[in-house]
Amino acid sequence: MTATAGIPAGITEATPGAAADSSTEKGHFGPYGGRFVPEALMAALDQLEEAFDAALVDPSFAAELADLERDYTGRPSPLTRARRFEQQCGGARVYLKREDLNHTGSHKINNVLGQALLTARMGKSRIIAETGAGQHGVASATAAALMGLECVVYMGYEDTQRQALNVARMELLGATVVPVTTGSQTLKDAINEAMRDWVTNVDSTHYLLGTVTGPAPFPRMVRHFHSVIGRETREQILAIEGRLPDAAVACVGGGSNAMGLFSGFIDDPEVRLVGYEAGGEGIETGRHAARFAMGAPGVLHGTRTYVMQDEWGQTVPSHSISAGLDYPGVGPEHAWLHDTGRATYEPVTDSQAMEAFAVLSRTEGIIPAIETAHALAGAMRLGRELGPDAVIVVNLSGRGDKDVETAARWFGLNSTSGE
Amino acid sequence: MNQASTAVFEAARNGNRAALIGYVPAGFPTVDQSVEVLQAMLDAGVDLLEVGLPYSDPLMDGPAIQESVEKALAAGVTTSDVLDVVRRLEPGVDQAIYVMSYWNPIERFGVDRFARELADAGGSGVITPDLTPEEAGPWIDATDASGVDRTFLVAPSSSDARIDVVSGVCTGFVYAASTMGVTGARDVVSDAAPELVARVRSHTDTPIGVGLGVSSGEQAASIAAYADGVIVGSAFIRRILDAPTFDQAIADVSAFAAELAAGVRSGS
Repeated sequence: MTATAGIPAGITEATPGAAADSSTEKGHFGPYGGRFVPEALMAALDQLEEAFDAALVDPSFAAELADLERDYTGRPSPLTRARRFEQQCGGARVYLKREDLNHTGSHKINNVLGQALLTARMGKSRIIAETGAGQHGVASATAAALMGLECVVYMGYEDTQRQALNVARMELLGATVVPVTTGSQTLKDAINEAMRDWVTNVDSTHYLLGTVTGPAPFPRMVRHFHSVIGRETREQILAIEGRLPDAAVACVGGGSNAMGLFSGFIDDPEVRLVGYEAGGEGIETGRHAARFAMGAPGVLHGTRTYVMQDEWGQTVPSHSISAGLDYPGVGPEHAWLHDTGRATYEPVTDSQAMEAFAVLSRTEGIIPAIETAHALAGAMRLGRELGPDAVIVVNLSGRGDKDVETAARWFGLNSTSGE
Repeated sequence: MNQASTAVFEAARNGNRAALIGYVPAGFPTVDQSVEVLQAMLDAGVDLLEVGLPYSDPLMDGPAIQESVEKALAAGVTTSDVLDVVRRLEPGVDQAIYVMSYWNPIERFGVDRFARELADAGGSGVITPDLTPEEAGPWIDATDASGVDRTFLVAPSSSDARIDVVSGVCTGFVYAASTMGVTGARDVVSDAAPELVARVRSHTDTPIGVGLGVSSGEQAASIAAYADGVIVGSAFIRRILDAPTFDQAIADVSAFAAELAAGVRSGS
């Protein structure tokens, strides 16, 4: 294994054509990652890893995926200078990586298309997925429709209520949405249910996990399919600014959009990588999803990472106004980037995120997803810290159509009390 | 191999039968009542008891176990309570107490500490359904040091190479999951089980227990014909969930344990 100077072994990008990880490091990021799953899933994970590693060195797979990205997703996505928004960011030059303009409205499609192609290569005809905000579920249903696969999406009951529009979208696309009523009825329980389905139907079914967590090879594989974000951003910012940005920032739920962006700059130590996690109602209230601020290393959903847990190792329910960030675990590579200091992670509260949501909408004519608004709030904070000479790229990971009702409710309450 | 584990499987072998292995979580319905349930199971002929450690995200479990552990957690059961339940049980000669736990609560409690305190409480082994041998280095050291057995799982999908690895690190017994799926009583136990047991048998002399889906004395008998242990969990829990009173639950659990104990004696 060749580790780039200054970068810990195990987190170097798996470049197409190169051996992904050495066998001793395989699936781990320092002490994080690995596989903590029922034995019944080990064969399926091995099969998936083989299919993925074979695809990595197969030019026809890369070509097929590149065609889909261009002709179906609409890549490359633009990098937009946010000239009016950046006035709220201490005058730093702020660029938005427009994943919101992808087909289905978020970055999620990048991973879904890659895994759906792998599903077909493995000879499987059915995909299952978990979803929080519904973006990954919609993307999965979309890819399933495109490739003629059966699709079942597990979604916490609470999330089906607050994201009803996305439930309807999935059903229109031909997917079956299963509301999950066990446990806390949110994303973590949807993942449990998806795992149970997978272990029962593993011969016919691929679990199309939507973020950079779960047992190996999911974290490495999902990062790879999103690395197109970082690759494009790097080329675009070099073309526009003639230099690398001072910081690349993103919101972090499971952390897939962040890993996609970070992967383009991980070997550039001069680029600060900052992830913003959900501070909910404030970390002092206990109602948040700030895994790095308040969690501890542990095992959840097949991987070792930072987990919100009590003193007995029971998972503590998370909270965020954004369903997509409302998750008590985080991708294991983020855990390692956190521990090594290569990336930093800060909480952004519901109200800070909603303020940024409003600011971007009114300064740029772009309504972001509430998940994404956490990254925008972070950029406002970071821009003031770095000053007017700084260049910041923000991953605009999704559009806010799905959140209009939540936002209307939020601002309606505020305007009633404030006017 | 732990002495009590050895005694369980030797007694079964000497009796030309399989051992009966029964699972119910600690703290369900309450900590005190779970001691009564588990003791009743021992008294009615369960040879090896799996005391479940309730966990918030039981992704290998079906509805019955999910419901029981949710109730136990809602009632506030902790890892220390589970160890206390083990301490309070009174196994007879040729009986053993194991804990079954997902990995995170053990890691959080402290790997060495858990193995040590379980041994001190009189426990003989631990089953870890989501821990694979690849991730088990510290656990293997801790269980070796404390003298409690460690049981890992094999499944119908396990390759021979994996069966070799998994059975190689098991002490006590190897847990053969008979079905591709989650826990829960089924009318028919998978026909994959005999073949799986035969494959494991070719890699190890360690006893093999078969679980997932066993719900009657008849099924127990058919499994006892080829396995060293018959594992029953959800069907016990279903009886507790369905009983109108706790006294009735104890009576139903005892009667069911006796039916299964007869089953494992008629299979060989």
